Amino acid sequence: MIDPRPGLISRRLEGVDEIIAVSSGKGGVGKSIVASTLALHLAEKGHSVGLLDLDFTSPATHVILGIDGLFPEEEYGILPPVAHGIKYMSITFFALDKPAPLRGADVSDAIIELLAITRWGDLDRLVIDLPPGLGDATLDVIRFVEGIRFLVVTTPSKVAYETVRKQLTLLKRLRVPVIGVVENMARKPSDYVSLNVENDGALYLGAIGYDEGLEESIGDEARLKETKFYAEASKLYSTIN
Amino acid sequence: MHEWALAEGVIQTASGIAEEQGLEKITEIVVRIGELQQIEHDILQFALEQLRTPLMTDAKFTLETVPGKLKCRICGEEWTFNPKGVGEEESEAIHFIPEVAHVYISCPSCDSPDFQILEGRGVLLASITGVKPDD
Repeated sequence: MIDPRPGLISRRLEGVDEIIAVSSGKGGVGKSIVASTLALHLAEKGHSVGLLDLDFTSPATHVILGIDGLFPEEEYGILPPVAHGIKYMSITFFALDKPAPLRGADVSDAIIELLAITRWGDLDRLVIDLPPGLGDATLDVIRFVEGIRFLVVTTPSKVAYETVRKQLTLLKRLRVPVIGVVENMARKPSDYVSLNVENDGALYLGAIGYDEGLEESIGDEARLKETKFYAEASKLYSTIN
Repeated sequence: MHEWALAEGVIQTASGIAEEQGLEKITEIVVRIGELQQIEHDILQFALEQLRTPLMTDAKFTLETVPGKLKCRICGEEWTFNPKGVGEEESEAIHFIPEVAHVYISCPSCDSPDFQILEGRGVLLASITGVKPDD
């Protein structure tokens, strides 16, 4: 018995120039806000962009970007709807606002299905928001998505960075390219993260300060773009090659 | 039509196997279709016919149905998925991503959504039969 879907994945992604996975060893560090604003920033710079939310049990990018009332079109597979100039795909289209209690094998099957049937067409960049940790979603994108690069998010917390260190070690062992590490929610000047990132052989991309006003902009793309967070994050994203 | 995407996968995988095995022509491709995904057999059959490659010009596409067998991880209850028991929107969602069955279906005995899909999830390539040059 052979699963005919994995072979389709490279074909579905052949029109995508670059694929960036936004990831972290720890939850709650701001991966989804980084993935969402990275996609917005790239679209603003004139790139054709896709955003794929693979955090199946806790999808958040649709909440951050205020994506509602859209559904993929079915045409020889499924076509991602466009929101704020970004081709968007998430399990939320299918699970709606209901809980999706998925175990590892189910997560893998759902990821393979979504990668095999979504027709992205031509894109300059596809941003993937991954769930935290080194579980099925992370291992599956490494296994199935050729040429993927990781953008790793941490906070200044030692608790967060220790998980990120493990992630960097794994990515190095698997020879997966790491674009660099973003330090999010920085409250005061510190070289703790930058020195550790350097010691761990990765590139420190910079810090984004904690923004008290960010929460009020959630769900409103225009307001999001006016936040201090977006200004600082965009500056940092501009350095990514 | 989602079936076309899956048919593409079947044709591509069958072609790869034929090449690996050195087949000069494929005579039959058997596809097992899990009922959970609620695939339209006619559309899948049509898509396979349309996408067939020169290697499979005379190939017969046989579609077999596999009931969706589910087993509760909490109480051990086993049951068979019944598409008629699910609403239209929910059916469509499960059709695209069968794992969202965990969102809309629960154990008939204890109501838990923590169940295992034992068989009959989606589309699988069961076998291909062909002819080698020296056959």
